[in-house]
Amino acid sequence: MIPEFEKFKGFSAKDLPQEEPIAPGHRGCQGCGEILALRMAMKALGNDIIVANATGCMEIITTPFPQTAWRVPWIHIAFENAATVASGVEAARKVLIRKGKISKKHVDIVAVGGDGATGDIGLQWISGAFERGHDMVYICLDNEAYMNTGVQRSGCTPYGAMTTTSPPGAQSFGQVTWKKNIPAIMVAHGIKYVATASPAYYLDLMNKVKKAALVNGPAYVHIYSPCPTGWGSAGERSVELARLVVESKVFPLYEVIEGKYFLSRKITKPKPVEEYLKAQRRFRHLKAEQIEYIQKRVDAEYDKILKLAEI
Amino acid sequence: MGNRVGVEVSIAVADAVKLCNVDVIAAYPITPQTHIVEHLSEIVADGHLDAEFIPVESEHAAMSCCCGSSAAGARTYTSTSSQGFALMSEIVYIASSMRFPIVMNVANRALSGPISIWNDHSDIMAHRDIGWIQTFAENGQEAVDLTIHAFKVAENKKVSLPVIVNLDGFICSHVIEPIIMPTQEEVDAYLPPFKPIYKLDPKKPVSMGTVGIPEVYTEAKVAHNEALKASKRVILDEWKKFGEMFGRYYNAVETYKTEDAEIIFVTMGSISETAMTAVDGMREKGEKVGLVRIRLWRPFPNAEFKKAIGKARILAVLDRALSPGAVNGPVGSELKSLLYKVPGAPKIFNFIAGLGGRDMTLERFNEILEKTKLYDKKKPTENYEVIGVREL
Repeated sequence: MIPEFEKFKGFSAKDLPQEEPIAPGHRGCQGCGEILALRMAMKALGNDIIVANATGCMEIITTPFPQTAWRVPWIHIAFENAATVASGVEAARKVLIRKGKISKKHVDIVAVGGDGATGDIGLQWISGAFERGHDMVYICLDNEAYMNTGVQRSGCTPYGAMTTTSPPGAQSFGQVTWKKNIPAIMVAHGIKYVATASPAYYLDLMNKVKKAALVNGPAYVHIYSPCPTGWGSAGERSVELARLVVESKVFPLYEVIEGKYFLSRKITKPKPVEEYLKAQRRFRHLKAEQIEYIQKRVDAEYDKILKLAEI
Repeated sequence: MGNRVGVEVSIAVADAVKLCNVDVIAAYPITPQTHIVEHLSEIVADGHLDAEFIPVESEHAAMSCCCGSSAAGARTYTSTSSQGFALMSEIVYIASSMRFPIVMNVANRALSGPISIWNDHSDIMAHRDIGWIQTFAENGQEAVDLTIHAFKVAENKKVSLPVIVNLDGFICSHVIEPIIMPTQEEVDAYLPPFKPIYKLDPKKPVSMGTVGIPEVYTEAKVAHNEALKASKRVILDEWKKFGEMFGRYYNAVETYKTEDAEIIFVTMGSISETAMTAVDGMREKGEKVGLVRIRLWRPFPNAEFKKAIGKARILAVLDRALSPGAVNGPVGSELKSLLYKVPGAPKIFNFIAGLGGRDMTLERFNEILEKTKLYDKKKPTENYEVIGVREL
């Protein structure tokens, strides 16, 4: 087990950190699950952090100049390179501390990006940063499409989902590819800590982000982030969806510590996938046979995780 | 003063960067920049420089790393060429608009396609508008001196802009030249430690790189442009101080035998040394020719250039990049625009030569002179002419 985890007992509802690195005055949509997840993640980390944000919803809704919702140092350069900017910050701090030019106090370097910034356009940049071993936490807020530009499909868009570039039609049923397994790609880099999280399980999410920060070296947390605007779901049901996605086994919660899988929540009585799909307009065109295929594939993918976790 | 030593220019440039005591170097190898970064990684590996050398996975990542590093308050350096420069293109605009005082050497090389590893100026000319200070070195000594000067200018609080020092790939970067390397004491006396105006620090949080809504975007661009234009004063002033410290004086534009010249060649970079030899030869034959070399390309030194050409009747402007579909070559366009409707302005003939490693020989300069004299009598049909095109 990782020695850095020994002193961390985990957060509880009674001792949640008081810090709010993100101020409430931002321009997120009603019911945005992404800013909710980001708020929890930042609370877990506290104020001694530096954040590098990829271009995306979180970047634009928090920083329309001259306003900013960030109470911690924050930098945005471009879409694909949050991890690389973070690696520059990390390396700079390392040498400046060595030369006695800045305080030795530990600061967590955090990179934040959406599923497009992480799994599509920025994959190489993250891969480089992880391979070089910079001490950072990378948080992917996965709302399963390019929401900031108007709901275009990404590699993380689920099978069958309707987006503006995977529209269902006479010749199509929406997204034709299965969701890209980004956490597995991160695991393949041999980093010490990878985890998946959902804002419905907020303590689990915060604990995972904190553990990712405690790890010396790169660590990765992939967070499911409901998007009512892009998914055609009710804003007040975002947390419910974030729970349903786990209960239906569509998005299993797990940790991968030094390459070993640990299931965070075993689903013994899974909800039917259909119940999850029905709550979102992006899936409403799906026919019974497609839903049946999704159910089978979800079960199979979940079983793979069980096998990896040796359950 | 340091000793005069025979050294490869790339090695000398890397040694100059070392003398500047940089904190972070993020670089990706590309011919012909490689010797600079190889030597820097060696210097760091041997413990001669306490810095982080980040061997990134691409040039885009190199510039992205540099932005993060500079934002965190570190003196930051990188170097690139050609395709690498093109790949980092997205981020170089952001680096300057966010006012990061990064220094970068560009070992100038042609852009693909067809792929060519050899020298011309198409890589830098594709990046005229990136909002960086841009200088051109003629030889190894100048590449060393301009690199040291670059840090001083970039980090000046009135400037706070990134600087590119161009040196011609292979033709300058790979030759062994006698170079006077400044001593560490001299450089320390010239270049104080970097003190950023803002940095990423939890003690004093700032948000960097926020959204420029239509109400602020124009003002942000104008402020950047004003800063770039105003940087000329600091650039010139720092060259003066550099001269006082090191005994080598530099100007925005350099003149050679221009006093009574009727025809002036205009060049940039290492081609200028050949141009001087060409001018000497032509003068021996009685031609009233001279040379003006542009050292400072951005911000363009309008007044200095106008002064340098004096009362010349004709400018033969050499471009080492083609601007496809444009009215002229990049330098030709610039100068025609500068001198348009200026009373008594010289005629300008624009020649494009030395693309993708094609040698610029004395014969080529003679050809340009002959054509210039011809066009003086009979107006050319085209705005510019590519010299030395072979019939294949």
